[in-house]
Amino acid sequence: MPELIAKPALGAAPVTHAGTTLAEADLPQMTAIAPWPGQAEAVGRALGLQFPLPNAVTEAGGTRLVWAGRDLAFLIGGVAPEGLAAAVTDQSDGWVALTLSGARAVEVLARLVPLDLRAAQRGQTFRTALNHLPLILIVEGEGDFTLLTFRSMARTAWHEVEEAMVKVAARAL
Amino acid sequence: MRLTCPLCGPRDRREFYYYGAAEYLNRPAPDAAPEAWDDHLHNRDNPAGLVQDLWYHEQGCCSWLKVTRNTVTHEIVTVEPVAGGAA
Repeated sequence: MPELIAKPALGAAPVTHAGTTLAEADLPQMTAIAPWPGQAEAVGRALGLQFPLPNAVTEAGGTRLVWAGRDLAFLIGGVAPEGLAAAVTDQSDGWVALTLSGARAVEVLARLVPLDLRAAQRGQTFRTALNHLPLILIVEGEGDFTLLTFRSMARTAWHEVEEAMVKVAARAL
Repeated sequence: MRLTCPLCGPRDRREFYYYGAAEYLNRPAPDAAPEAWDDHLHNRDNPAGLVQDLWYHEQGCCSWLKVTRNTVTHEIVTVEPVAGGAA
């Protein structure tokens, strides 16, 4: 086996505008779990987590199950056991994770994401769009978000978010 | 315009892709008369009022949805999943 060197999608230093910081996060192992029909509950049990309802994240320790579509969740920070009653695919190298946190994070996202995030709470996730890019938005806490998008679009995503941050910073509070 | 996805909740129109009339769900039998296929593929009423069409939640849960809406008032009456027992 050749020694492969894992490289970040961007390798960019964090940027801060308007007291809000955009950074590239390390993406741990990420696995798509699509339970066979009627098996969602059993799959959740096998993973030690409840299979999430739409727009929800279930977590235990450092492992999370993030709802990602109809009959689909992403297992982040854990390893899927063999023999799961689900279609299991490793997605780790196809995605990039960005974090956006700070007082005006909601205002920044309001320019890009067609959702009202003012009351967003930890435990929520949204499969939506970042401008035209597919986005899985995970709410980490008040004014604290993780943005998952396709790694091939990482620079575009970074550019879009930073641009929105600059525009928000240019406006009076 | 917003559609209330049965899974994701109320979402903006730009998350969805419009496919066409819900008539596409009623596929004729393979040996049906050519007229039936002609109706299925091409012939559409254009009523002022209630229409049903198919939308795909492409920037969301990837469900196909059957939307009943009113072309006069722009009211969205119902949004139903095409797949039975969606979860």
